[in-house]
Amino acid sequence: MEVFFQQLINGLSLGSIYALIALGYTMVYGIIRLINFAHGDVYMVGAYVGFWATTQGWGFLPALLLSMVVCAVLGMVIERLAYKRLREAPRIAVLITAIGVSFFLESTGVLAVGAKVRTFPNVFPEVKFQLFNGAIVVTNRQLVIMVVTVLLMLLLQYIVHRTKIGKAMRAVSHDAQAAMLMGINVNNTVSATFAIGSALAAAAGVLVGVYYNAINPYMGIMPGLKAFVAAVVGGIGVIPGAFVGGLSLGVIEALVSGYGSSLWRDAVAFALLIIILIVKPSGLFGSNAREKV
Amino acid sequence: MKKMFFSLPNLLMALLLLAFYGLTYAGLEQGWIDDYYKLNLFLICINIILAVSLNVINGMTGQFSIGHAGFMAIGAYGSAVMTMKLGFPFGAALIVGAVGAALAGLIVGIPTLRLKGDYLAIATLGFGEIIRVIILNIEYVGGAAGLNGIAQYTNWHWIFFLTVATVLVIKNFMTSTHGRACIAIRENEIAAETMGVDITRYKVIAFTIGAFFAGLAGALHAHYFYTIQPTTFGFMKSFDILVFVVLGGLGSLTGSILSAIGLTVLSAFLQDYAELRMVIYSLLLIIVMLVRPQGLMGTAEFSYRGVAKLYDRLSGKGRGPGNDTAVG
Repeated sequence: MEVFFQQLINGLSLGSIYALIALGYTMVYGIIRLINFAHGDVYMVGAYVGFWATTQGWGFLPALLLSMVVCAVLGMVIERLAYKRLREAPRIAVLITAIGVSFFLESTGVLAVGAKVRTFPNVFPEVKFQLFNGAIVVTNRQLVIMVVTVLLMLLLQYIVHRTKIGKAMRAVSHDAQAAMLMGINVNNTVSATFAIGSALAAAAGVLVGVYYNAINPYMGIMPGLKAFVAAVVGGIGVIPGAFVGGLSLGVIEALVSGYGSSLWRDAVAFALLIIILIVKPSGLFGSNAREKV
Repeated sequence: MKKMFFSLPNLLMALLLLAFYGLTYAGLEQGWIDDYYKLNLFLICINIILAVSLNVINGMTGQFSIGHAGFMAIGAYGSAVMTMKLGFPFGAALIVGAVGAALAGLIVGIPTLRLKGDYLAIATLGFGEIIRVIILNIEYVGGAAGLNGIAQYTNWHWIFFLTVATVLVIKNFMTSTHGRACIAIRENEIAAETMGVDITRYKVIAFTIGAFFAGLAGALHAHYFYTIQPTTFGFMKSFDILVFVVLGGLGSLTGSILSAIGLTVLSAFLQDYAELRMVIYSLLLIIVMLVRPQGLMGTAEFSYRGVAKLYDRLSGKGRGPGNDTAVG
């Protein structure tokens, strides 16, 4: 039972990271039906910006904010340069472009900072909290990850449901053409979506740097793919779904590592994806949309 | 129009290929072609097989698969186990590798091909990764360390004739009734279904054929490079194959072959700058998608008539009043 609760806590902190990345995936997919493969690499860039800032002596919060701002801009630039022209193109063309952008960011990252693993500065001296006579250990870093994730999630909910731009985002994702006819600037709304999603990914990158202390240019591939799995599990396009999907994927992976072998971890995530896609393609929270002929 | 098997163009092409085969063989025997060129020549052949096999799925049938390296892995591991551990001859190992990959394609294809577009892409990617993780966890085939000391059975005869056979089989499949059904699915799935094409069946057929030849390429790869590891067949490899197909033109075998040759030569030149190679690859992919989304060849194929037309156009002939409206 101790193993279970310990892995539950580890899984929730890992899942928070997935959830933050998955939110960006789900928002972008919801608004322009694009699997933004480059999203995982935006998360990598976020981690490097955080790395740079903290090695310059910045504190955790300023580094987090800087990284979010830089990646928000990066996300908008990617959208303008690579995706915007393809908005009417076949979905496959956009998907291939997204894969291209993803590999471009990775390989440019390798060229710019080298392929080696960097050690993230120790922003928080690790403090361990022993619960239940030491049976379960929670570190302050895990708590920071979970708290930051929940706060960002609440902020996102506020933006999407209470602000004008959030209303525009919901309108565009519902029906882009109708939204345009109602006077909503679709291009700006899409840009804003990319900015918000990328900022969340950047936050995840900084948090991962703080948690695992190690970053490299290829760190975005696996978490990016898994965050996509999380988004699909929760129902792509549904914001709370991405959150729940991310957390559950993290917990499942941690349990597999705890009880089985960590080598199987990656396979479990993809098996879950395939099962969900076959059994309920709209995801846990998604509603079934009929395809229009 | 009934096509003649022994028509002049076919004979001409066969003669050209045989001449190329003979000359290269002589070159390899006499040492005119050194190991560096030999390596790249073999890589080109393997990449051609991979590119045309993925083209059956992505180009002809329009189903977006990005887990092709997984099938290559099955072919490579299956055949290596046959020759290394069980002592079978190379020919049998090739068949086992390719059939094993085809079976995997069938098993993967039946549930996933109900999905469409980017969901299918993600599912195939997932399956590719699952295959890799499963191989990684089998101690019998060396786990993460992979298999080492595979005998080098792949020689010029095997690789040349198998590459030619692959292209021929896929080309003939493409122009057969079944191939046309696949193309109909690519053009419009709903229309194809209305016209009586069993879309699930043809999707699975295309997927299985693609996997079969990917397995063949994997087997040739394993028996040329002595050693295989699960990481060889990761997402990066699938991406490489995808670039061949997309750059050459989804649906064009000629395009796939040309881009497999071109990009293999390019990466041979960029060998010392592996990171730069990936930057160039990814930029190529983005630029092609933005500027010419149909790829270099579109869905066009090589034909003598096309060459003749091109020659006429370039040399300024054939500008009769009938086909040059600007003058007329």
